[in-house]
Amino acid sequence: MAYGNSDTAARAPLRAGARHGLKIVVVGGFGVGKTTMVRSVSEIRPLSTEETMTTAGVGVDDTTAVRGKTTTTVAFDFGRITLDDEFVLYLFGAPGQERFWFLWDQLFAGTLGAVVLVDTRRLEDSWYAIDRLEHHGTPFVVARNNFGAPRHTLDQLRDALDLPRHVPLVDCDARRRDSSKAVLVALVDHLFALSSAREPTP
Amino acid sequence: MKPRLDDEDPDRLYTITGGRSRVGGGSLDLVTLIVSESEPTAGMQSEHARILRTCRRPTAVVELSADLGLPVSVVRILLCDLLDAGVVTARHPRPTHSPDALPSPELLKRVLLGLRKL
Repeated sequence: MAYGNSDTAARAPLRAGARHGLKIVVVGGFGVGKTTMVRSVSEIRPLSTEETMTTAGVGVDDTTAVRGKTTTTVAFDFGRITLDDEFVLYLFGAPGQERFWFLWDQLFAGTLGAVVLVDTRRLEDSWYAIDRLEHHGTPFVVARNNFGAPRHTLDQLRDALDLPRHVPLVDCDARRRDSSKAVLVALVDHLFALSSAREPTP
Repeated sequence: MKPRLDDEDPDRLYTITGGRSRVGGGSLDLVTLIVSESEPTAGMQSEHARILRTCRRPTAVVELSADLGLPVSVVRILLCDLLDAGVVTARHPRPTHSPDALPSPELLKRVLLGLRKL
């Protein structure tokens, strides 16, 4: 489901001094609002592209795996936020299904952190993503995308997700720019706290 | 109307990359920013020429992929050609040393400042 975006002319280019690309991943199940969130904060209309991966022998010299070599294609959306003259942040919307994770491991290496977008009607879509991010040591926050009045408190949701206390859990409306922005700020605040705690004390 | 990537003819991708399916290093991140150092020349492969025109301003690898309607892996191969020829340069993201390495508080402060201005 890639759309090949050819309207480069309609898109503002980066600043000439842009130097450092940063990444944040928005992960979640199908239809939870990942692209909506990317769109609401992005300075460009979200773009879509795809990556092809050869599944066997990726990064290893295992010749026995060549027999089972297959190519997989995964489409993903992204948007962009210019932070200042040098820093530009890319937001990637990534499907959270189990079968895609070996791809995201490679695509999103070096990401600042992740937002797990949760639809409370389909909590099970989030379990695998949360488990995987924890296993990976990728810092993340969980955002409940509200479709109407929530039926459960955030504490109930935390229990249902078996989410550790130290992981921030927030409500959001992914359609609203200020709300999506607040989720990103919550993630970076969380990163800042983790990073500050780890700085060697003088 | 542009063809959808799903319907892409594998032969076309084969032609564009000269049959190569992988590149050494794989060091070009999705958010590595590419900058042209030269103008396209006559007879240059059209994808190469298009990259050079687009990258008169810094452009991320993933944006080039979307613009060209080509998978990221194919764009990486094209970019390696251009890097080898010295007609583009790459501004790499800051290296992350290990999976659990956190960005510095200073960098995160800049990110926060930028986000709050949104």
